[in-house]
Amino acid sequence: MWTPQAFGSTMLSAPDSPVTLIRPARRSGLPDFRELWQARDLALILAWRDVKVRYKQSLIGIAWAVLQPLLTMVVFTLIFGTFAQLPSQGLDYPVFAMLNLVPWTFLAAVFTLTAGSVLTNRMLVQKVHFPLLILPLACILVPLVDFVFSFAVGLGITTWYDTAIQPTIVLVPLFLLMLAMTGIGLGSFLAVVNVRYRDVPYAVPFLVQLWLFASGVIYAAEALPERYLAIASLNPAIGAITGFRWAVAGTPPPTTTMLVVGVIMTLVFFVGGLAFYRRAEPRFADTL
Amino acid sequence: MKTVVAQGLSKCYRIGEYKAGYETLRDTISHAARRALRLEHVDHSLEELWALKGVSFEIEEGEVVGFIGRNGAGKSTLLKILTQITPPTEGTASIKGRVGSILEVGTGFHPELTGRENTYLNGAILGMKRREIAAKFDEIVEFSGIEKLIDTPVKRYSSGMYVRLAFAVAAHLDPEVLIIDEVLAVGDHEFQQRCMGRIEDISSSGRTVLFVSHDMSAITRLCGRAYWLHAGEVMDEGVAEDVVSRYLQDSSGTGAEKVFAEGEAPGSDKLRLLSARIVDADGETQHSVDVREPVGIECRFAVMGETGPLFPKFKLGNDRGEVVFNAFDTDPRWRTQPEPGIYTCTAWIPPNLLNEGVLAVDVTVAALGAPTLVNHVNVPGVVRFHVTDPGEGDSAKGLFTGKLRGGVRPLLDWTTEFDDSRGYETAKRTTGSAVSSAET
Repeated sequence: MWTPQAFGSTMLSAPDSPVTLIRPARRSGLPDFRELWQARDLALILAWRDVKVRYKQSLIGIAWAVLQPLLTMVVFTLIFGTFAQLPSQGLDYPVFAMLNLVPWTFLAAVFTLTAGSVLTNRMLVQKVHFPLLILPLACILVPLVDFVFSFAVGLGITTWYDTAIQPTIVLVPLFLLMLAMTGIGLGSFLAVVNVRYRDVPYAVPFLVQLWLFASGVIYAAEALPERYLAIASLNPAIGAITGFRWAVAGTPPPTTTMLVVGVIMTLVFFVGGLAFYRRAEPRFADTL
Repeated sequence: MKTVVAQGLSKCYRIGEYKAGYETLRDTISHAARRALRLEHVDHSLEELWALKGVSFEIEEGEVVGFIGRNGAGKSTLLKILTQITPPTEGTASIKGRVGSILEVGTGFHPELTGRENTYLNGAILGMKRREIAAKFDEIVEFSGIEKLIDTPVKRYSSGMYVRLAFAVAAHLDPEVLIIDEVLAVGDHEFQQRCMGRIEDISSSGRTVLFVSHDMSAITRLCGRAYWLHAGEVMDEGVAEDVVSRYLQDSSGTGAEKVFAEGEAPGSDKLRLLSARIVDADGETQHSVDVREPVGIECRFAVMGETGPLFPKFKLGNDRGEVVFNAFDTDPRWRTQPEPGIYTCTAWIPPNLLNEGVLAVDVTVAALGAPTLVNHVNVPGVVRFHVTDPGEGDSAKGLFTGKLRGGVRPLLDWTTEFDDSRGYETAKRTTGSAVSSAET
């Protein structure tokens, strides 16, 4: 019988070695938070990779983060501010548009990246084991970095137009969190669909465009007729963007309906999307 | 202590659903609509493919175990289950200790990132902590041998450099249980040697290693035990060399012994081949032969008529299709017409002559018909055997653990003469003229 020739001085598995149990996939169950926490290094490094790769071969680098909302703001100002004369809650339209576009761009980016996250990383999914939940979660960093820059420019424009920045600006992270959770939740749902159906990348830009019109980016949500407002509030972006604008520039705050329904829906999307993702997760490697 | 215990691992793929590749949403919607409109019976019984059927095994701590089998036998599925990439459909397994797996070299490498950045990325993907990678970083770079290019994007690397860096990262993984799949299939010869050396280091340091490969000599060299998977089941299990030789015998359809049934014996009406086999010094049939032992090739044939002087002949070919050598029986008795009857000839190949690997034997019995040979019998690949080297340092490889190339690998007598230091000084002084004379 064969025996190991030499035992190195390094180690033999200590009595407290972890034991990995491999079983058929269970239908539900909470994620393994301990494992998720242990994978934080990997999550960070994947997010860092995305940031690095994004700016590595681009000509103007980080300026893209700023240009996108900035140029959209210019177009919006011309079309909706100057020609259509949409009301802008007492702000100059450029300020109004920019303060809507900065959080909106963040949401759209989180959503788009999350929707593609599994497919983009399919080589990893098929070759190594790691908590797959980190794929959608790691999609926050790139939009967040972009947000920091575009937000700085947004604040610059606000000041330029002599609009006072309010102390409530400290509440901005809360609205950002709402947007991130909504984007990840709905994006995870599409990420799962994308594993099986490759239509998703075509559908996403279109969905984002429709979503833009429903999110009070061009107009103020309060301008909606009362009876539609409750329905519109099912979209957490309405409450979050209105809240963001209020926190920065002191425009009318989101209504209670907008906030309560918005927060509930955020949780529904986030928990629902990730639960759906968790349920499908064991089959990713087989289906991709 | 049992490190890996698998019980009844099974994996079922539904072919219609998964194997057809991806579909588009449009297809599914249109199918669903057609079904709904025509009220078609929905066929849920998609074709099932059991890639793995009730595989059980136990691996002790510190064992190095090989998994062999043909493509589609379930090896990769088994590894994917053990590495938790995909869950089993049925059955359980438990692994004690930190698991590291290399199913591919360079998983997650990004072409735009530099060697340094990819080292951190790949390390994290393989399950190393940031601090761990930082601590081993210099060692990894040194092992890879690409210090100068470590801050260059890997898209500018040659494929050889790319693989070297990728393997360097993987080689510094420090798990208690290591699962490796076919990583040796990439890279050049030298790189493969390095991989093998590193895996040997890992396995000899008391770690448990599960190793899947198509390279049978790697399996016999590295592994103590092997499992042979066939159609999703464990077909055979045991000492690696034995399993490998049984596997090779089965997969090539020929083994170390061939006995022709009456009426099927090849040959002419004057001479027929009855059997052929590979024997050891004790006359036992052997599939697998230690390179340090003599090996006999035996053939039995019946002479029934006027054949003229005969040349019993063997030809050995290796698994790369090269002829290793031809050998005649030069015994003077064959120079005259042999009497009718049954002859058994055995050719003895001395120890330490053959190279490792699988060898096929062609048996020929020819007659001298001027100026050429006339074959009475010529059966290519009638028997096959496997030459192994246990790597104990007393064969032609010495302490070298890699493969030596070539048809044969003789153990030669070497002589070494030694000059004292003054002789060395003289040699140094005359080097210049020695080089120029060598060039002419």
